[in-house]
Amino acid sequence: MEDAPPIVRISRVFKSYRRGDLVVPVLRDLTFDIARGEFLSIMGPSGSGKSTLLNLIAGIDSVDSGSIVVEGEDITGLAETDLARWRAGNVGFIFQFYNLIPVLTAFENVELPLHLAPLSKAERRDHVEAALGMVNLGNRMDHYPGQLSGGEQQRVAIARAIVIDPTLLVADEPTGDLDRASAEDVLDLMDRMNTELGKTIVMVTHDPHAAQRAHVVRHLEKGEFGT
Amino acid sequence: MILFRMILKNAFRRKFRTGLTILATGIAILAFGLLRTVITTWYGSAEATSANRLVTRNAVSIIFPLPLSYYEKIRHAEGVSEVSYGNWFGGIYISEKNFFASFAMDTETYLKLMKEFLIPEGQKQDFLRDRRGALVGRGLMDRFGWKLGDVVTLKGTIYPGEWPFVIRAVYRGRTPSVDETQFVFHYEYLNEAIKGTMPSLANQVGYFSVGIRNPGEAADIASEIDAMFTNSPAETLTETEKAFVMGFISMSEAIIRVIQAVSLVIIVIILAVVANTMAMTTRERTGEYAVLKTLGYSGPRITILIVGEALVVTCLGALLGILLTYPAAFGFKTALKQFFPVFIVDPLTVALDAGVALLVGVAASILPARQAVKTRIAEGLRRIG
Repeated sequence: MEDAPPIVRISRVFKSYRRGDLVVPVLRDLTFDIARGEFLSIMGPSGSGKSTLLNLIAGIDSVDSGSIVVEGEDITGLAETDLARWRAGNVGFIFQFYNLIPVLTAFENVELPLHLAPLSKAERRDHVEAALGMVNLGNRMDHYPGQLSGGEQQRVAIARAIVIDPTLLVADEPTGDLDRASAEDVLDLMDRMNTELGKTIVMVTHDPHAAQRAHVVRHLEKGEFGT
Repeated sequence: MILFRMILKNAFRRKFRTGLTILATGIAILAFGLLRTVITTWYGSAEATSANRLVTRNAVSIIFPLPLSYYEKIRHAEGVSEVSYGNWFGGIYISEKNFFASFAMDTETYLKLMKEFLIPEGQKQDFLRDRRGALVGRGLMDRFGWKLGDVVTLKGTIYPGEWPFVIRAVYRGRTPSVDETQFVFHYEYLNEAIKGTMPSLANQVGYFSVGIRNPGEAADIASEIDAMFTNSPAETLTETEKAFVMGFISMSEAIIRVIQAVSLVIIVIILAVVANTMAMTTRERTGEYAVLKTLGYSGPRITILIVGEALVVTCLGALLGILLTYPAAFGFKTALKQFFPVFIVDPLTVALDAGVALLVGVAASILPARQAVKTRIAEGLRRIG
């Protein structure tokens, strides 16, 4: 694995936010690689910049300077529309609060990203059923998010993340809103995605127990990696 | 397809708020439609005129008469097929609130010109035979519950006295735009009576109705007729029947302008109501739009979601308003039939209702949509939880 080229290459990334007249630096000169098939956990206190880093890797925020290359493509140079297209095909997202669309069923939520792909209705159905089956929710496809428990909702969110067969899975505090048992289920699932499907996972978490499930744990403090 | 499904589902997420917005839009569209119908009704009498008829009146003003002797000259003008003449009678039935239009006409020629009046042949002959006979529109018959053979007495305002008439014929309009509330009787009946009481008004007519063979020659024929009476004591002004009616309508143009202004105000009110709803809706869903953008949904798709939702609300409001317009117009007509004998909701008004709904839907949502598209994904996601 070490000889293979990294799936993500982050070079000299700087990121800051502006609060009124004040410029608050968040990430300072970050450089690191993420190997293909790696399960990386990023830990750190609140305000350390971990979610910002995740957003940059996932292409939902832009760097001040530096570059982020994913699968050979420098996503920092992409226009907003191209970036949206790139995300649709390459990144699966798992959020802390699941972020399902409440008016859509579990099936429709998982199907959402597939509407952006050139697939027939039957193909979409096959993909959604497979993804929901993988998270053991094949029997809850017609339920709305409000009819599912937190753990089930997060499993639907995982199915939505993997249904497009993404290059990269990013998870922002995926167990932060779950009880211990549900959190274990979700972590088991992510583990399976990594080991069985070979998905590269970048997870941001506060929870040391969750972080232990990753192959690599990096600590971010004040926008820099600690040792 | 998923966007369409989401638009429909989103539109009814807050049923009470959406219901109120649809109701407000519906009432506004109803008001807009009724005001538009008042305007089209106002102009409707001009639209119902015939292109084959000219009107010759005194060049100074309609209130000054013309000598009946002009009849023969006009009849022989090139391109003229038929000429009728008559006077506005202005009679009152029992009290002034029972107003309706009444005319003393040379009935034989008048009926040849008024092809839009449908009269059973037997009744027509009865009417022509009876000097005191009256031809009455179906609407007027219904309004007062008159029957054929009834004697109706009108009180003259221009020609004083009590004027009894026998209803001999009832007409209905060939098209819905024909006024069915007129009261027509024989000019001869009036003229003979006033020869003794008001000799200065005898053998005088208010206007000539001139039938022409070719509407394309209207301007030439009108010039020819007016030229016949140049430098006479009563010079004429001949114009198309439509222009003649428009002359009356233009007198009330200020009122029409006010109605048009109120219509515009109504559109602005709907816009404000829907824009407010859409602004609240979009703010509440900032997080969801951020999630969709995260999944790869681009700005135009987010815009379609928001504009589509506004269009669902305004179109349902318009549908409600349009459906309510018909019974409301019927009620309006029933209550104000003396002022609006014809009160028909024009298809163009319905099209305008729909157009207003579409315009308002887009205008009210375009700013919230722009805001939603502009909001950075990371910022939108922060609003969740």
